[in-house]
Amino acid sequence: MERKISKLVLRKDTPQKNCGVFNRKIKVLVAKPGLDGHDRGAKVVARALRDAGMEIIYTGLHQTPEMIAEAAIQEDVDVVALSILSGAHMTIFPKVQALLKEKGAGHILISGGGIIPKEDMEELEKKGIGKLFGPGTSTEEIITYLKSNVNLQERV
Amino acid sequence: MQKKEAIDNLINRLFSGDRLAAARIMTLIENQSRHGASILSKLHPKTGRSYRLGITGPPGAGKSSLVEKLALEARKSNFSVGIIAVDPSSPFSGGAFLGDRIRMQNVTQDSGVFMRSMATRGSLGGLARTTQEVADVLDAFGKDLIFIETVGVGQSELDVVNAVDTTVVVLVPESGGGIQAMKAGLMEIANIFAVNKSDRPGSMELASEVEEVLNLNPENKNWRVPVTRCSCLEGWGYEEIFKEILAHREQVISSGIFKEKRLLQAEEKIKELVKASFEEEIWGNLENRKTLKKMAGQISEGKLDPFTAAGKFISKIKFSAEKKGSE
Ligand SMILES: Nc1nc2c(ncn2[C@@H]2O[C@H](COP(=O)(O)OP(=O)(O)OP(=O)(O)O)[C@@H](O)[C@H]2O)c(=O)[nH]1
Ligand SMILES: [Mg+2]
Repeated sequence: MERKISKLVLRKDTPQKNCGVFNRKIKVLVAKPGLDGHDRGAKVVARALRDAGMEIIYTGLHQTPEMIAEAAIQEDVDVVALSILSGAHMTIFPKVQALLKEKGAGHILISGGGIIPKEDMEELEKKGIGKLFGPGTSTEEIITYLKSNVNLQERV
Repeated sequence: MQKKEAIDNLINRLFSGDRLAAARIMTLIENQSRHGASILSKLHPKTGRSYRLGITGPPGAGKSSLVEKLALEARKSNFSVGIIAVDPSSPFSGGAFLGDRIRMQNVTQDSGVFMRSMATRGSLGGLARTTQEVADVLDAFGKDLIFIETVGVGQSELDVVNAVDTTVVVLVPESGGGIQAMKAGLMEIANIFAVNKSDRPGSMELASEVEEVLNLNPENKNWRVPVTRCSCLEGWGYEEIFKEILAHREQVISSGIFKEKRLLQAEEKIKELVKASFEEEIWGNLENRKTLKKMAGQISEGKLDPFTAAGKFISKIKFSAEKKGSE
């Protein structure tokens, strides 16, 4: 039995088998800033995103912008999705955006939803915040938006 | 090779303490990037220092809550801390809901702590396939203590034992008695038992039941597995668990188990890589795949059995000629 093992080279660049399905996921941090205690909407969206094949890091209630930005960095997410019902959207979205930029993570897409007047949405979008979704938006719409706005190329 | 430079830059930033760079490297490893191997070999000289703790137990037992408390204790003793928390991927969508951070709010804002969530991504042992490598990244990043929280385990997901130096098994009064723990194989793997939610009735009974089962066959003469009660809700008991962890750590290091374990892990790692390369080499070759198909056909027609086929196959294996440089 002749086995030419000497010709076998360790291929450092060989990714492991069957990783195809799993090797690049859209990662989304879902957080609920502020003091109000309703995260039902956030959970519904989180679940729909999971069912669409995304990895959701759920941080729960009462998150400060600092906590959100730090978690987004450590988890290396593609998207930060915030649910804001308290009316503080005009301060929170720009604050999170500024913190992410400061930490070198300006590439992260910031999106979210809640009770946000149309003019405010437009103003935030002008500042570079991603699309914001009002109550009653179908989860499909959100999924489609994220899938077409996250770059799936490997980031170095 | 722009990408290569970018990766070297990333590695240097990790060495200088840049959290973003560390996180990005973890992503590359987790995604099994083709740069993963070279990154890990560059990190390797800086690894081997960290001590690894496994926190396992049934779903909802309070593993994350306990990790938070233990991490706070560790910080008080000036250990830097890394945390990896694994939650399951959905086998249907491949997506995951990673919720361990919810319970770790009091520790994740501390700059001496780095916490990363991981989805199992199809792995069945209670960890993700790359959890150990991500722990290596935390190690190279300079974390002294690395907590690894497994998914909520049922009766077989015990990969954590090989990945860590001390295993804490978290039980709760509702999770059934010592018999359940025995069935799940948790008796053999625990270095420390934590009966969490001891604010609820039944914790004393569970603790003494577990002690009894442990006394049936004391595994290790050098270490008596402590059974501790705690309540993360009321905030007591975890200081003692942390003390037990430190005591076990001393024992693991002084007895040489720490070194021995790394030796075994290194062996396993080499075997795994060699196996993966062999498989890639064999099944990447068209001739071999043809032979395989042919033999399978013969087996299904009843002309051949799998054992004879495998023997024949091995004697016929084709290796491709020398590889072109794979840089
Ligand atoms: N009564 C009581 N509840 C607790 C205690 N510790 C945690 N809990 C609660 O138990 C639930 C689960 O806690 P986690 O820490 O998320 O448990 P886990 O084991 O990490 O859960 P999985 O990661 O999902 O398997 C939460 O609602 C906690 O608030 C405790 O000591 N007493
Ligand atoms: Mg948990």
